[in-house]
Amino acid sequence: MAADHHHTAGYTAYGLIGAPTMRTSDGTPALQVQNLWKVFGPRAERLIGTADLQLSRKELQAKSGHVIGVRDVSFDVSPGEVFVVMGLSGSGKSTLVRLITRLIEPTSGTVVLNGEDITKMNDDSLREIRRKNVSMVFQHFGLLPHRKVIDNVAFGLEVRGEDKGARRNRAQEVVDLVGLQGYENNYPDQLSGGMQQRVGLARALAADPDILMFDEPFSALDPLIRRDMQNEVIRLHEEVGKTMVFITHDLQEALKLGDRILIMRDGAIVQIGRPDEVVGAPADDYVRDFVSEVPKSHVLTLSWVMRPPSGPDEGAGGPTLKDSQIVRDAARTVLEHHGPCRVVDGSGSVVGVVDEQDIMRVVVAEDESPAAANQAAS
Amino acid sequence: MSPVTVQAPPPRPGAIKEEQPYIDPQKKRHTGKRLLGILVFWLVLWVALRGKQTLAVPNADTTSFQDWLTQLKVTFSNMAQTNWFFHGVLGTIADAFNWMVGGLQAHISSTAPGQYLGWFGVLAVAMWIAYAVAGRRSTILVGVVLLLLGLFGTWQTGMDTLIITIVSVLISMIVGVPVGIAMARSRRTSAIVTPILDVMQTMPSFAYLSPVALFFGIGPATSVVLTLIYALPPLVRITEHGLRAVSPNTIEAGRSLGVTRSQLLRQIELPMAKRTIVVGINQSMMAALSMATIAALVNGPGLGQPVVSALQILNVGQASVAGLGIVAIAIMLDRTTTAASERTEKSSSGRVGSVGYPGLSSKVIIERLPRWAHEGAGRGSVGHRLTPAGRRLLLGVLLVPVVIAAVYSTRYLQLAQFPDLSGTPLLKELSGTPLAGHINDFTDALVNAIQGLTNAFKNTITYALLNPLQSLLSNLPWWVMAVVLLATAYVLGGWRPTITTAVCEAVILAVGLWNDTMTTLTMTLVATLLVMIIAVALGVGMGRSRRVDTLIRPFLDTFQTIPAFVYLVPALALFGSSRFTAIVAALMYAVPIATKLVADGIRGVAPTTVEAMRSTGCTRWQMISKVQLPMARESLVLSTNQGLLYVLSMVVIGGMVGGGSLGYLIYQGFSQDNLFGKGLCAGIAITALGIMLDRIARHAAERYGR
Repeated sequence: MAADHHHTAGYTAYGLIGAPTMRTSDGTPALQVQNLWKVFGPRAERLIGTADLQLSRKELQAKSGHVIGVRDVSFDVSPGEVFVVMGLSGSGKSTLVRLITRLIEPTSGTVVLNGEDITKMNDDSLREIRRKNVSMVFQHFGLLPHRKVIDNVAFGLEVRGEDKGARRNRAQEVVDLVGLQGYENNYPDQLSGGMQQRVGLARALAADPDILMFDEPFSALDPLIRRDMQNEVIRLHEEVGKTMVFITHDLQEALKLGDRILIMRDGAIVQIGRPDEVVGAPADDYVRDFVSEVPKSHVLTLSWVMRPPSGPDEGAGGPTLKDSQIVRDAARTVLEHHGPCRVVDGSGSVVGVVDEQDIMRVVVAEDESPAAANQAAS
Repeated sequence: MSPVTVQAPPPRPGAIKEEQPYIDPQKKRHTGKRLLGILVFWLVLWVALRGKQTLAVPNADTTSFQDWLTQLKVTFSNMAQTNWFFHGVLGTIADAFNWMVGGLQAHISSTAPGQYLGWFGVLAVAMWIAYAVAGRRSTILVGVVLLLLGLFGTWQTGMDTLIITIVSVLISMIVGVPVGIAMARSRRTSAIVTPILDVMQTMPSFAYLSPVALFFGIGPATSVVLTLIYALPPLVRITEHGLRAVSPNTIEAGRSLGVTRSQLLRQIELPMAKRTIVVGINQSMMAALSMATIAALVNGPGLGQPVVSALQILNVGQASVAGLGIVAIAIMLDRTTTAASERTEKSSSGRVGSVGYPGLSSKVIIERLPRWAHEGAGRGSVGHRLTPAGRRLLLGVLLVPVVIAAVYSTRYLQLAQFPDLSGTPLLKELSGTPLAGHINDFTDALVNAIQGLTNAFKNTITYALLNPLQSLLSNLPWWVMAVVLLATAYVLGGWRPTITTAVCEAVILAVGLWNDTMTTLTMTLVATLLVMIIAVALGVGMGRSRRVDTLIRPFLDTFQTIPAFVYLVPALALFGSSRFTAIVAALMYAVPIATKLVADGIRGVAPTTVEAMRSTGCTRWQMISKVQLPMARESLVLSTNQGLLYVLSMVVIGGMVGGGSLGYLIYQGFSQDNLFGKGLCAGIAITALGIMLDRIARHAAERYGR
């Protein structure tokens, strides 16, 4: 445990040097959430601004019967970004994603989408937003069993009044895009879970929205199918470049897909950061516990393991590596060199050096941590 | 088993759990002790005060309130010609219903040849409709049943019953489906309508025969109104349930795509609830048929009339022939609507070819249809599939012979009037009067053969259970019993059912029928007890074994489709005219539903739990008594509640065959004008009793069902 702590402290120290600020966004954000609250209960509005909301969930429930779903959450999502919200069940992540399109009404706070405040919209404008700007993929698919695949995919276009020919063509395009060609005339219950979720995905894509939201879309699928579908999302993101908000309880999934990750607990934000920031600099013990079993060398970049050069010549003549390179990918080069290698940032100036020791520290730390945990438990 | 304590592992440092929600602490109740206290109080006072203040009233005696009601009837019938409400509103409704039924009767059940449809035309049209909604097997069934009705010599009454049933169901659909939709969409509407449906369903059908007859006069309109009251609630309830049961995931997905409220209803909720709604129509139809036959007691047209007149002279054979006709109609309507709902399921999930028969002729028809009429279904589905357009074409082609048959049936006497078969060698034995004779011979022989057995059974129940309990309930001061009921309601359900019980007791006292009500309560309790013994025995067997289930379920299904009224016939045949006969009829009526609920509950116990318990080495008996029955408690309570209500309504109808007490008073009220008021009061008392029992059972279910 002590050793583990030491290493963690080490990452943090280096992390602070090169880590970018936590909420970077270029230009206008695609989605801006500010001070969002959801309190479930009969008189939720009246509680906003009172001291009662400082209580823990359990205390508030015992006192007034209200349950805090989402507690004062703010974040921005940049255009084209994959933003992952991660938390255990009951952490409020599914509520959060529903507040964004008001499938659940927020108690207070604002949600700004493309410069428009969704929380102040009337029903008609909100419906337009749902029809055109934001689409959602659900954990339990939410398909219509009485419609064929193609008609499920076209459903969103149908409700916004597009004529049959146009929507059939568009639906066929999307069906091809998600790899469902040949199954257009089947009914959803004839398909496997993974294929049903492809239909859900196609339905969301068909409307050509600005933002795609995923509510634990792959939790109900088998591990192998889940991996396929994750790769599918990565591929689609490369192809169509949509902004995505992705809810999951699976850390591996979050690290794999997310440009940035928001970790929630008891309705509140614990940390927002890039995958390497979450793993390299956990905000508290809760996150640290979460990421303790992640193979760190698979996530951390060289900027987390490098040290300041001891002199201006250290590492000169050896290979030069980029600070954004993942440790695992750089390991072979460093280990074969048998000496310090220079690390450069995006502009090419030297920001540090790494040697075998630095690499090994990351690899060994991850081997040590389960043992340390066992020791602590016994 | 010795208790094993397991040391909880120390919490892992650094492992921080999610916060757990707040949970209300549970109060401890002492229900058993309290009930025992009530029982002691009851027994002590019964011993001490037996026979005093029992409020027993001879059959022919009436109170002033009852006489006033009798007077009221006369006043009402005078007002029927002049008063704006009676003449204007109710009269118009009655005229409209009479016009509808009368029109259909003239076209369908009348036997006069001429411009109206004869039996052959009716047969052709009915079979075509069955084919359109349900498929080929139902078409054959409809043909057979209608021919059987003709053979029995009950064509006309059978058609009348069908007309009343179908008109009522159509009106139920026009009214009930929108109401159900409104209830599913608004909690407030649901909160307002649900209590009304509760009363409509808790009221034993026998109780509102005479009031409705009073308002709508003698004739088909009364039958339709009575049938509506009975057939509407199941349809409304099931429609609401079907819409509410649509997966919230799907609705949410729809909302996230921006559907409007009407798009949500038309494109998501209604298609997904369609099958459930058709099941509701099936339930509504069976209820309608049941009530349409009972309406014979207030001169409603149909097959109920021959049953009533045969029961009055205790002619089992004659009653059986009409009863068989009713059963045949019941099976026909049930199977046809069930097939229709199954087809709905098929077309909504699109699994199998939808014409519904895989025979050679269908293949031929499909092969000959133009290509647009059928398209290959998606991968994984079997065989051909007609498109809607193809189906319409096929039905249109089949309409041609139907129209020809209809036209011919108006021209030729043989096709208009069902032919007289008394000259045909074999068939004549099956027609009306000879068949009744055969049945009479058979029942006489049977009753003689097993008289010892039936009498022993009857006497055991009567002397060991019925008589002591009746003495305990009715042969003591009324206030003791009133207190006992109130205390039981309080212990089992808390304040709310206690208040309901107090109000119901006050009503029963006010109408002056306390003692008779207690007698009816006795019969209800005894019958419910027997129902539950049988239901648990059968239900546990069915719930535990698929084979037992497949063996028993068809019988239960058939028993459930038979209208209540018909059960009187075999009960009468076996046990003669007595109090016990009503109980037997009630058993036959209530056991199927109670058994099914118990079986569902037993089967609903999670297989993982059963497996886990088996791994601990439970014996079969331990499994039933310690695991399956306790875990199925909710179903057991529900089953008792339903059993109770079914029994109550049947025990009352049993008044016709010697059941005595309230049921008999109602029956008396139909036939003797000076006792009309008392009959009406008996109806009110039964309704009060039913509401009281239902509320106690329901609140107890809420408290102990989980």
